[in-house]
Amino acid sequence: MITLNNISKNFGSFKALKNIDLEVRDGEFLALLGPSGSGKTTLLRIIAGLAFPDAGNVAFNGDDVTNLKVADRKVGFVFQHYALFKHMSVADNVGFGLSVRARAMRPSKAAIRARADELLDLVQLGGLGGRYPAQLSGGQRQRVALARALAVEPQLLLLDEPFGALDAKVRKELRRWLRQLHEQMGLTSIFVTHDQEEALELADRVVVMDHGVIEQIGTPGEVYMLPGSRFVSGFVGDTNSLPVTVSRGAVKFHDRPIALDTGSIADGPALLDFRPHDVEIANEQPGCLPLVVTGAYRRGGYWRVEGTVGGISQVIEVDLDAANPAPEPGQRLALRIRRGRLFTTDGVQA
Amino acid sequence: MGLTLAWLSLIVLIPLSTVFIRAAGLGVSEFIEVGFSSRAIAAYKVSFGTALAAALVNAVFGMVVAWVFVRYEFPGKRIFDALIDLPFALPTAVAGIALTAIYAGNGWVGQFLEPLGIKVAYNPIGITIALIFIGLPFIVRSVEPVLADLSAEVEEAALSLGATPVQVFVRIILPSILPALLTGFALALARGVGEYGSVIFIAGNMPFKSEIAPLLIVTQLEQYSYAGATAIAVVMLLISFAMLLFINLAQAWSRRRVDA
Amino acid sequence: MTIRSTHTTASIGLTVVALAFLGIFVALPLVTVFVEALSKGIAPYFSALVDPDAVSAIKLTLTVAAIAVPLNIVFGIAAAWAIAKFDFPGKSILITFIDLPFSVSPVVAGLVYMLLFGMQGWFGPWLREHDFQIIFAVPGIVLATVFVTFPFVARELIPLMQEQGRDDEEAALSLGASGFQTFLRVTLPNIRWGLLYGVLLCNARAMGEFGAVSVVSGHLRGLTNTMPLHVEILYNEYNFVAAFAVASLLALLALVTLVLKSILEWRLGYAHRSAGH
Repeated sequence: MITLNNISKNFGSFKALKNIDLEVRDGEFLALLGPSGSGKTTLLRIIAGLAFPDAGNVAFNGDDVTNLKVADRKVGFVFQHYALFKHMSVADNVGFGLSVRARAMRPSKAAIRARADELLDLVQLGGLGGRYPAQLSGGQRQRVALARALAVEPQLLLLDEPFGALDAKVRKELRRWLRQLHEQMGLTSIFVTHDQEEALELADRVVVMDHGVIEQIGTPGEVYMLPGSRFVSGFVGDTNSLPVTVSRGAVKFHDRPIALDTGSIADGPALLDFRPHDVEIANEQPGCLPLVVTGAYRRGGYWRVEGTVGGISQVIEVDLDAANPAPEPGQRLALRIRRGRLFTTDGVQA
Repeated sequence: MGLTLAWLSLIVLIPLSTVFIRAAGLGVSEFIEVGFSSRAIAAYKVSFGTALAAALVNAVFGMVVAWVFVRYEFPGKRIFDALIDLPFALPTAVAGIALTAIYAGNGWVGQFLEPLGIKVAYNPIGITIALIFIGLPFIVRSVEPVLADLSAEVEEAALSLGATPVQVFVRIILPSILPALLTGFALALARGVGEYGSVIFIAGNMPFKSEIAPLLIVTQLEQYSYAGATAIAVVMLLISFAMLLFINLAQAWSRRRVDA
Repeated sequence: MTIRSTHTTASIGLTVVALAFLGIFVALPLVTVFVEALSKGIAPYFSALVDPDAVSAIKLTLTVAAIAVPLNIVFGIAAAWAIAKFDFPGKSILITFIDLPFSVSPVVAGLVYMLLFGMQGWFGPWLREHDFQIIFAVPGIVLATVFVTFPFVARELIPLMQEQGRDDEEAALSLGASGFQTFLRVTLPNIRWGLLYGVLLCNARAMGEFGAVSVVSGHLRGLTNTMPLHVEILYNEYNFVAAFAVASLLALLALVTLVLKSILEWRLGYAHRSAGH
């Protein structure tokens, strides 16, 4: 188990991380998700021992490793741009970690080579050990980087934007493959990403970060369905956000009542967030949102409809079942919001 | 296109070829007599020996300088950075008299070295120092961009795999910058072998001891011995070409895998 | 934290070594020039500079640069243009030939013109019959200077023009511009900073060249003495203050060159640096 306790890190006057507490369970696949500048990569580097916190400590299985160098932490790190050694063959890259061990602990050259070949088979690059990194495709380089990190038998695998430099198709394939590999090996793994789709698809749990703090920790389902803050709601998945007012248990948008449970939110201005697919067409009736269609296109099994509500300035997107006739520009639709979440204007959940 | 070739031929190619044509006209025995006289051989040894020594010193310290300027921040960095190029911009004669003033027996530094039995000026050591001055920017400016391109990630990757800092340098950094280092080394060496202005003041120019080959060419010309000057020039050019060819091959070998 | 403190020790140590090396081998000679030049005070310094021989050396150096630099600009642009915008066999050999003067000793550069135009040279007798002097005269000095400064502009422009490709020019031509208009309004603005950079280095070398010029000049005071040659003569006459005074002007030229070079590098982007002179 990895335990982070009250970690803070500043770069000059910039506060990269503020009092981070986090526990990573054995064998889990954890995603650190956030926009650039959220501190996710810094946090990963602190776990690796490539950066050191200004305050707080890091423990692996109860042992304090805060002051331990990266070489002594037994972590495998896969870098965003792979950081392969260009002047070494693929097999030498993979065997590097074994070949730099002190003589007493270093396996023979043949054993290192055998281990490298074994790992290259594991990452489906068998037979390519004699190539040089420049002769490989992006996806292949990524897998070499992974094999190299696994060669030292780390107790923890850390991946920084593992798919960031790949094109969309390769990215999708590699994602599925990595998920399988994780299930096969059961190695505790943490990866950093700014792509919410990637985090939701791959991870057992997602840590959503922004401005150096953790906004929410939860399973992909929890983070998507029950966003803990306005930020999470907006960052994870598509979201519409409407300025509303709450008074005496009723939600109003432009003086029009919206049928929704207000929960415990105080009276006053608030934000109403709802996903595009959390609406349905209703007959004109109290509690509905009137939408003027500006455009629509087919997206798989549904219509993605763009339109305005309450005047031209407020644009929203909703998904309607493809069984409906194609919405025409100018058409008026009455929408009922099936599921929405209210936040105070400073982003805290009601 | 035509203009380019014509002008290139007129200024560079035809004049240079005259050296070889004149040398060919000398006849073998005369060529060997003047081109490989004991004085000429001594001069080649001085020229190539000091150029090699200076290039080696520069390879080590130039690498340190390049490393420091790529990796660290310190006050006055921009000024020092511009200073690295001074040997490109300072006329060689100016460098020559300044170095002599520093290292002569009564000079700024020389007066402290002489009591210790170290004679720098009028000695191959002095020539080497002048060539260190001339050659430094070649190494630094060749290595710098490659070091800058070498991402910190690569070093971190090696560290995360358990390598010690020494292993990182020997197994990761050095092989990566080796082609560039060889380029800089070759440039510094070629320049050092042919260097004249900065050397003649500090060298003392004693035949068989501190006389460089380019000076011997000038001496021959002053004695109206065009044949001698030509033969020495041809021998110098041939040795230089051979050395550069060797370094180019070594470079191609070390670069082949990186750029494969 | 132990790791970070050792890191700092190593970095401070290396920085000290690098700066000490630069200080001793590069900065110290520069400082020496000015200290020696002013060692007897201001008056001898300036009297050395207004000496008629010094003045004529300064004039000659400026004249030679004023001829050699424009010649190399024209050639450099033409060569870079030909290499970057057209495909032809033997291109890489041509580039190698352009670089040749960098790998030839300046003394050999002087020698080749002696062999062509000197008394015992191929054209020597003919030139003497027609009362036309190249060696031990200004034309020889200009020729030797053009030779040693030959590659500066071209090698600066070749990568720049190659990188820019032909798209801009083709766009201009397709819009009805003439070839000359295209060059003046599209090509030239694109390469102006690189051109300036090459000219700067070319000029510094042209004014400072010693070896090649020394061979062909004949060292005639007041007639064929450039500034660097004048420095040598004064130094060999043990007139150190005067030698360093003239040298200090050349050192100032070098400093101005370095400042302008830094500014241009900043304009061209940090990545732009050439290692080949």
